[in-house]
Amino acid sequence: MSDALAGTTVLVRFALRRSRMALVWWILGITSLYPVQALALEATYPTQADLDQLAASLSGNAAIIAIAGPEYALDTIGGQTAWQTSAFGAVLAGLMSTFLIVRQTRAGEENGADELVRAGAVGRAAPSAAAVTVATAANLTLIAAIALLLIASGLPAEGSWALGCACGLTGMVFMGLALIFAQVSSTSRGAWGLSGAAIGVAYALRAVGDVGDNAATWLSPIGWGQQMRAFADERWWPALLLLGATFVSIAVAHVLHDRRDFGAGLVAPRRGPASKDWRGGAYELAWRLQRPAVIGWLVGLAFGGAAYGTIGDDVGDLVGDSDLSGSLTGGETGGRALIDGFYGSATLMLAIITAAFGVAVTLRARAEETAGRTEPVLATALRRRTYLASHVALAVIASTVGVVFAGAATGWMYGVVSGSYDRVGQLAWSALTYAPAIWVMIGLTVLLVGFVPRLASLGWLGIGFAAVVMFFGPLLKFPDWITDLSPFSHLALVPLDDVAWAPILCLTLVAAALTTAGFVGFRRRDVQN
Amino acid sequence: MTQAIEIAGLHKSFGTTHALDGLDLTVATGEVHGFLGPNGAGKSTAIRILLGLLRKDSGTALLLGGDPWSEATALHRRLAYVPGDVTLWPNLSGGEVIDLLGRLRGGVDRGRRDELLERFQLDPTKRGRTYSKGNRQKVALVAGLASDAELLLLDEPTSGLDPVMEEVFRECIQEVREEGRTVLLSSHILSEVEALCDRVTIIREGRTVESGTLVQMRHLTRTSIDVSTERPIDGITQLSGIHDLVTEADGTRARFDVDTPRIGDVLARLGAFGITALSSSPPTLEEMFLRHYGDDPSEDTEPSTELSS
Repeated sequence: MSDALAGTTVLVRFALRRSRMALVWWILGITSLYPVQALALEATYPTQADLDQLAASLSGNAAIIAIAGPEYALDTIGGQTAWQTSAFGAVLAGLMSTFLIVRQTRAGEENGADELVRAGAVGRAAPSAAAVTVATAANLTLIAAIALLLIASGLPAEGSWALGCACGLTGMVFMGLALIFAQVSSTSRGAWGLSGAAIGVAYALRAVGDVGDNAATWLSPIGWGQQMRAFADERWWPALLLLGATFVSIAVAHVLHDRRDFGAGLVAPRRGPASKDWRGGAYELAWRLQRPAVIGWLVGLAFGGAAYGTIGDDVGDLVGDSDLSGSLTGGETGGRALIDGFYGSATLMLAIITAAFGVAVTLRARAEETAGRTEPVLATALRRRTYLASHVALAVIASTVGVVFAGAATGWMYGVVSGSYDRVGQLAWSALTYAPAIWVMIGLTVLLVGFVPRLASLGWLGIGFAAVVMFFGPLLKFPDWITDLSPFSHLALVPLDDVAWAPILCLTLVAAALTTAGFVGFRRRDVQN
Repeated sequence: MTQAIEIAGLHKSFGTTHALDGLDLTVATGEVHGFLGPNGAGKSTAIRILLGLLRKDSGTALLLGGDPWSEATALHRRLAYVPGDVTLWPNLSGGEVIDLLGRLRGGVDRGRRDELLERFQLDPTKRGRTYSKGNRQKVALVAGLASDAELLLLDEPTSGLDPVMEEVFRECIQEVREEGRTVLLSSHILSEVEALCDRVTIIREGRTVESGTLVQMRHLTRTSIDVSTERPIDGITQLSGIHDLVTEADGTRARFDVDTPRIGDVLARLGAFGITALSSSPPTLEEMFLRHYGDDPSEDTEPSTELSS
């Protein structure tokens, strides 16, 4: 082994040890997407006639093509599976690769751990080589696991391997790009930003190319993977493009790595302003700290809403009449009510996701405290309640705006597909009626931050519980008292049902009570790391 | 003289750990008071209670005549705090942090802020994550010193500073003293304490071991004596206050430590044997503190002494 790579083996073992749980979750999460989709399709569309009908109803829908990808062999389970999973799976594989690369390279340089490592008998290129080894192994595992699970689900072997490769090899291209970005930016946050942007651009390019049927698809590694046409007369040569791009980007990263100093990037970190008047005080600080996350969530919610909207009026074709679909549409099975029920449920689901957003923003108040940044702020004339209020107010406002935004985006995309924009206002309003349940989730988190700060992240548990009740409650026939524990269960399924004001009022009061109690607790307790 | 800080019998526990176990601390208005003790003695806990960040279990704590817990906000307008372990927001520039803390305290004196940036040679446009340890410390120092607070609570404020910056810090504290403001300075740098502090309080395991001026505290400790005499020294072991006696040359040379208040008695006794050579060295500050930091306080034969000036 050359000097530059000395110590790579040890670092690989260390990385595997350190990231083992993360690796398991990433690989399980991405892999399971594929067979679950295949099995669900098999169960929902048991006959070829069903599949033909499905294919006919979806064919040529530009919005869905933009979201999912080009349509190949939609009248087969394999073609449908590939169509519904390939773009999403490739994006996730890209995020996984970015996570593994940034964590093992730039993050270590940034927090100083790599300095200790590289002061040992470790080659200059060893941390990068170890990161590439681990990320490659993870992507190869994805390929094998996806292929084997799809074959086990009864799909043809060649297509299964092609779909697995489309996921894992695309992930490897993003791995190479992430390695380049880890050289360019001097911070892990910056590397993540560039990588995320690259994945987003790749996704958008293939959307443009697929809808317009033009060359833009070929500028995107996600497009290359999809052009392998899994289950539709597979083509293997795009895999060579993916592998070639991987090698080229790793080589480029290597050259860049040799040209920069330890800890430095190719782009000098931007300087900040020398002064600022902070007229908004603590509220301005909270906004400044959380602005990127808030904007990211809002964009994500808009995309999520738009994704539901693409389904348009084809709800009946899509959901069928199984028990599961019953839980998705408020039990309605046909006509306008079915569509209202579907969009009511979709908005409810978006509301639960938005509640997670609210909890995340609220928990920043605690994260600042853990990081030791709350003490100097509270040692000024800032009141404790103002400190907490700065984050909680942001959580309440941003999540309320977010859920309305998601509802409106659903309605807007529904309008793009169906030509009728009536649902923009309707679904925005429907989303707003779910806001009190979001506030309860935020209030619960404030309560935890106030009284049991070390357990504050249990606020997430409330979100998980509400999601489980929403998805599995009707299916598994949970007892009422369990279902009733979720604040979302008490709200009317607008627009299917009329707005019920009593639960809205009650939930708002509960949220206010929880929040107030949390503030009292925060006022009375020690500031603690 | 009025007191800026009055702590008596202060207790604070975290679970089973007794961080403060009856602490006493008095800081007079206008003085620079050294706050010393080994790591984990409870200095930062005491300062956090004074800041109203922690709630005391029992005892009294008065800050600028008010209750640090219930009147925290009003009191904080009148004080500035510099922690020893400064965490900055990775994305905010140093200048933004200084202005934020100043703004939240109630206003920034731009002229003073810019002058301090100049004196500490701090670049305010760099982001928090790119500052070195010493520069992060400077951000907190500039933020604290730029205020016109009547009380400065400094918790190891110079950790990570280079000697030149340490000197700038001392000048700043001298100016603060001349303006009649009060400083509580927790520090492990003894030369800094010696140069700046009017009085010091030493704590160990959450209790006050000693408090007073450095002169008084020196007086309370031992002086090393190396003496040669014409006739063998006899009978000084019976004298109280003699420690670690070693005799050589048939008893005509002795080396020992003596409790400083007893030095006159001992020398008078030695005179009877015909002193031919004598050297005495006062305790260095280091020796003094090592003794206080290292001993088990329960074995300490000297009473814990409160000396007021």
